[in-house]
Amino acid sequence: MTIEELEQIAASVRRENAAYDYEVNVCMDLACASQGADKLKEALLKSAETSGKKVLVRRTGCMGPCSHGPLVRVDPDETLYHKVHAGHARAIVAGLGGPPVAELQCDLNEHFDSQVRVVLENAGYIDPEKIDDYIARDGYKALLTVLTEMTPSGVIHRVTESGLRGRGGGGYPTGLKWSTVAKAVGDMKYVVCNGDEGDPGAFMDRSVMEGDPHRVLEGMAIAAYAVGAGKGFIYVRAEYPVAVSRLTTALREARRRGLLGNNICNTPFSFDIEIRLGAGAFVCGEETALIASIEGRRGTPKPRPPYPAMSGLWGKPTLINNVETYANIAPIVRNGGRWFFNMGSERSKGTKVFALTGKIANTGLVEVPMGIKLREIIERIGGGVPAGHTFKAVQTGGPSGGCIPAEMLDIGVSYDALLKMGSIMGSGGMIVMDDTSCMVNVARFFVEFCMTESCGKCIPCRAGTAQMFTLLTRICSGTGTMKDLELLEELCSTVKEASLCGLGQTAPNPVLSTLKYFRNEYVEHIVHKRCPAGVCAIQVPAEVTA
Amino acid sequence: MNVEVDVKTLVIDEQEVSARAGQTILEVARENDISIPTLCHLDGLSDVGACRLCLVEIKGSNKLAPACVTNVQEGMEVSTDTDRLRKHRRVILELLFAERNHICSVCVSNGHCELQTLAQEQGLTHVRLPYRNPNLPVDASHERFTADHNRCILCTRCVRVCAEIEGAHVWDVMGRGIDSMIITDLHEDWGASSCTRCGKCVQVCPTGALFDKSKIGSDHPKYPDFLPYLNLMREAR
Repeated sequence: MTIEELEQIAASVRRENAAYDYEVNVCMDLACASQGADKLKEALLKSAETSGKKVLVRRTGCMGPCSHGPLVRVDPDETLYHKVHAGHARAIVAGLGGPPVAELQCDLNEHFDSQVRVVLENAGYIDPEKIDDYIARDGYKALLTVLTEMTPSGVIHRVTESGLRGRGGGGYPTGLKWSTVAKAVGDMKYVVCNGDEGDPGAFMDRSVMEGDPHRVLEGMAIAAYAVGAGKGFIYVRAEYPVAVSRLTTALREARRRGLLGNNICNTPFSFDIEIRLGAGAFVCGEETALIASIEGRRGTPKPRPPYPAMSGLWGKPTLINNVETYANIAPIVRNGGRWFFNMGSERSKGTKVFALTGKIANTGLVEVPMGIKLREIIERIGGGVPAGHTFKAVQTGGPSGGCIPAEMLDIGVSYDALLKMGSIMGSGGMIVMDDTSCMVNVARFFVEFCMTESCGKCIPCRAGTAQMFTLLTRICSGTGTMKDLELLEELCSTVKEASLCGLGQTAPNPVLSTLKYFRNEYVEHIVHKRCPAGVCAIQVPAEVTA
Repeated sequence: MNVEVDVKTLVIDEQEVSARAGQTILEVARENDISIPTLCHLDGLSDVGACRLCLVEIKGSNKLAPACVTNVQEGMEVSTDTDRLRKHRRVILELLFAERNHICSVCVSNGHCELQTLAQEQGLTHVRLPYRNPNLPVDASHERFTADHNRCILCTRCVRVCAEIEGAHVWDVMGRGIDSMIITDLHEDWGASSCTRCGKCVQVCPTGALFDKSKIGSDHPKYPDFLPYLNLMREAR
């Protein structure tokens, strides 16, 4: 495969598509599929056949606003239809060329206008199982350019220049990580993609792997060239069967096209990728535990140093990045580091994909430039909390993150700002809560998650989260005392400072941040035996009289 | 002949000490009679950094570092006994006492227990946390030894000594989080397992979780000091 051949493929796909007058794109991501998108696609195909019009019906990945699904977008006019069912197929096809079907049309301009799509640029436009669709949208161009025109250090320089930081949560500078692995000495090096997305309410990585799998493979191959690795692993959780099957298809197609394997693009560079399935342990998203799991051992973290960049898989230098980080690489290579650097805030560059969930009108996937105000994400893009309710807090970063109250919504989203507020960027889950959520109960939920997901290796996390859960359960049930609250705060401090890995060190964050901003709710539960949101069932003990 | 030795000098608790490159803070501290509490560490076994009792403060870093797996560096300034560390050690010990059923008065290791000794050293007079009182089994199926899971602190010394020294790897960990448990083979009874009956695990167990049946009700001191000697002799061979 050479760049000329790549362009030929792209041209022939564009020619094929030009033969159609209309393109009907059906979102078949999980949320839409679960509401009958596959039947809808069948119906659309049937109606298109009998209509006599030249219509291309295409399956695509996630279009974004999942709560409006199943979604259909008709091109070239970009008409978006929401809540479409198989019964609507005939009307949609009949309406092609005329005015759009009014009853299905949805106005989500506000939702889309403030978004900037880099990682999700192909989501909703390509069939994830067709490599040619990806190639037609400049896919693999970056890889072949890198292999034929750039040195590995040139690639690293470009990534460093972009200011990209790890999208898995920690925000470690990607360029620095790459150059460390590149400098590490070893006859064999590995590149690993962390697709073990486990935060409750987070589904960004799943959507990328399912909707645009080649983007991840291309990013990994570029990384492998830059750091000198010959083999890659994608670690995906087995709970994502669709992602696994899409990735498997993508790998097969990329190998067939000669974009993976030996002597890619007739250069000495050889690279291939294997998929490894996670067995459902949250802790395996921690890099040392992930390595242990890939090696076939029990998934428990190890103290660092040595860092995986020096001694990772089977003791070899290993580069581990998150799905979304790899998904950013090809556009950075294509458009240049400065292009990426010019988006975002001072110390957080580019865009970030968030999974917007909870008490909000437009749940789904959004991609926004870093530095955007939380208020804009929640009120403009998300459409705000349901009518009649008031916004209370937004939880970011999953079980390692914290709750941010209404008075802080005007702060721009960046790694540093979120950390300052007692939360973290995390992988990008964003759970919106209104006045029907009890913050003590929310903290209890996340602590329970960390307790059951703790690997059990170190004492502060294993026993500490369990004790925190017991104390929070007491407070929620109205039997807690102010002494319990004191003890809880002391436990939080030890679990945070003394735990071995990131899971334990961040497990107290949901408690600490709710204590910081919603302490009165804790006190209400303890002193007045009352749950302000009416969530916790508190049994008021009968007055004991002598 | 010129033999190059890479020597580092550092400060531990305001005491200037020297060390070979590659030594851990714990090794160097103990060489100089500076005591750092440990539970999962045992001379002669690999380190896992799991008990978090040996955490120390290093000047210039806000993060606490486990002394058993942190290598010395030139000019390092280490504090092993600050208020912050004492507070965390206390909570960690409390967590251990509340996690399972540690009742010293009826334990074979009473008076010889590392957990008990540490608690005494740290001045732990009571536990503020709610006791979990889990219902755990006692495996007495082995003809010579007994495993009482009520007293286990999951330090994994038995797992490591069996895998690394005896080479049998009979012990391992099952489950995760608060439900983790030490098991023999694939959760078979100890007596029916592939145990070689060497008894090393009993000697390295810091509490009364693994004990010799013949010692019930009497003093049961343990002698884990054979390990470094054994390693030395094996290397010399």
